[in-house]
Amino acid sequence: MTDLARYQDRLTIQRVLHTAKTIAIVGLSNTELRASYFVGYYLRRHGYRVIPVNPRESEILGQKCYASLLDVPEPVDVVNVFRAPDALPGVARDAVAIGAGALWCQFGVINEEGARIAEDGGVTVIMDRCLKVEHARYVGRMHWLGFNTQRITSVRAGLQ
Amino acid sequence: MTSDQIPRAEQARDFGFETRQLHAGQRPDPNTGARAVPIFQTTSYVFEDPESAAAYFNLQEYGNTYSRIMNPTVAVFEERVANLEGGAGGVAFASGIAAQAGALFTLLQPGDHVVSSSALYGGSVNQFKHWLRKMNVELTWVNPDDPDAWRQAVRANTKAFFGETIGNPGGNVLDIETVAAIAHAHELPLIVDNTFATPYLCRPIEWGADIVIHSATKFIGGHGTSIGGVVTEAGTFDWSNGRFPVVADPSPAYHGLQFHETFGTYGYLMKLRAETLRDLGAAMSPFNAFLFLQGLETLSLRMERHVENARAVAAFLESHPLASNVTYPGLPSSRYRPLVEKYLPGGAGAVFSFDCAGGREGGQDLIRGLTLWSHLANVGDAKSLVIHPASTTHRQLGDDELRAAGVGPGTVRLSVGTESVEDLIWDLQQGFALVAATAGRKVAAP
Repeated sequence: MTDLARYQDRLTIQRVLHTAKTIAIVGLSNTELRASYFVGYYLRRHGYRVIPVNPRESEILGQKCYASLLDVPEPVDVVNVFRAPDALPGVARDAVAIGAGALWCQFGVINEEGARIAEDGGVTVIMDRCLKVEHARYVGRMHWLGFNTQRITSVRAGLQ
Repeated sequence: MTSDQIPRAEQARDFGFETRQLHAGQRPDPNTGARAVPIFQTTSYVFEDPESAAAYFNLQEYGNTYSRIMNPTVAVFEERVANLEGGAGGVAFASGIAAQAGALFTLLQPGDHVVSSSALYGGSVNQFKHWLRKMNVELTWVNPDDPDAWRQAVRANTKAFFGETIGNPGGNVLDIETVAAIAHAHELPLIVDNTFATPYLCRPIEWGADIVIHSATKFIGGHGTSIGGVVTEAGTFDWSNGRFPVVADPSPAYHGLQFHETFGTYGYLMKLRAETLRDLGAAMSPFNAFLFLQGLETLSLRMERHVENARAVAAFLESHPLASNVTYPGLPSSRYRPLVEKYLPGGAGAVFSFDCAGGREGGQDLIRGLTLWSHLANVGDAKSLVIHPASTTHRQLGDDELRAAGVGPGTVRLSVGTESVEDLIWDLQQGFALVAATAGRKVAAP
């Protein structure tokens, strides 16, 4: 079984959240009620540049949609994956090819080979974690709805 | 810190229970720096702009809309309980019974079936027996101590197992791991009322429970000031297994949203809040949440003392000639001892019953003779409490149901508080003196 804990390190997650600016979402749906759309919408609200990657769409969330990561004409900080686990090795190869900083695989998108390809190519891997949830945990307002953020801190932070 | 600086990273650390009961769910208020949890006594919240308002109502963004559905003070309480129980999140309600109704309402529809332990709090028995039936939900009571009874009660339309960590007032200790395994083998969630144990003494989710309910009115509050309840969910149950269309299918009550698919781990909790709490309307008040938080800060300290006193009172009763059938599972002689050692190593709580000599009259005489124990219908107060279930909390139950709930005519229920234990025992001696005197007069009368 894949050792997921090494892909869910809290410090790595916080570093990626706080340094990323451009996020390509592979498998982003154009249907408002799908989880990927919720995530894309949320990330845009919080100031990230979101680039949809989906060969079946031309535009999502008002942004030009690309068929493949290899077609994206600008640097990508995070590749966020909403695909079946067996698609991960291919996505990971593309993430390495475009020099992405991190490969972020959503809940259930678990594939050891894909993780290894990304790591060998110098790409940070986060797996079986939701980008929206982790953002809401550390930066956002997840605690407003009674969710267990598991955060314990007496540091006074800025307004959210 | 300005917004363009990277915040100090938070290290991964498994903080202890005593740290979390003080800190979980709360960070210093970003506006004011207030260290205590502010009481946000407001019905509603100003939206930044129309797009934000829409995003909050669409659940695309975590935002406050209306205090029937969420409130920042209540949210601290919800997260703190969820953290202490090891759940994905919590939703607070105006009472424990409302919390229970909410937890069930979210996963049931007419024609469904629930399997429940028969050794429940009388208020829960009423709720299940009458209210569930009104909703056209069938119910099977089982002896919680018999794994086969749970197994055999499952039907095609069964949707949940329900039990109490420590049964009220009979002191049955639920074999959570075994019952959870049976539930999961049938793709069902196990719901556990953990009110009597509190998360300090037992965390049912660690043993496989899926949903944990509390009457916060009891030990969580600890001061007998407020009525409230809270539901915590583990976030690991597969609500998309085909048995729970009310959780997994597109929701007609929320513009076709599929809660489990969209929110995954948080799907049930989102539905519990955004639909059930919205529609039942039994929201916890911010002030009550504040009082419950004051209670939680000292939960471990109070529970240690409650347990210490309960052990001493139970031992006193066990050796008293006018008391029998002392149900404290923490007694070395208890038949639940192996389960206590497994699930309740820190102690078996502080609520239990015993049978007073003289039956119904004996029980009532004992209460008449007490001057320190408070005669009232509650448990889990820092003050010691006493009641006669057959004439009060369990009054609506028939004889068979009384027996199934572990209640006899002379049964007296105690909630042992944190007073000086010698004073508690002194007062019980006063009560027994009256029982003995009354019995003596009867014997002497022609």
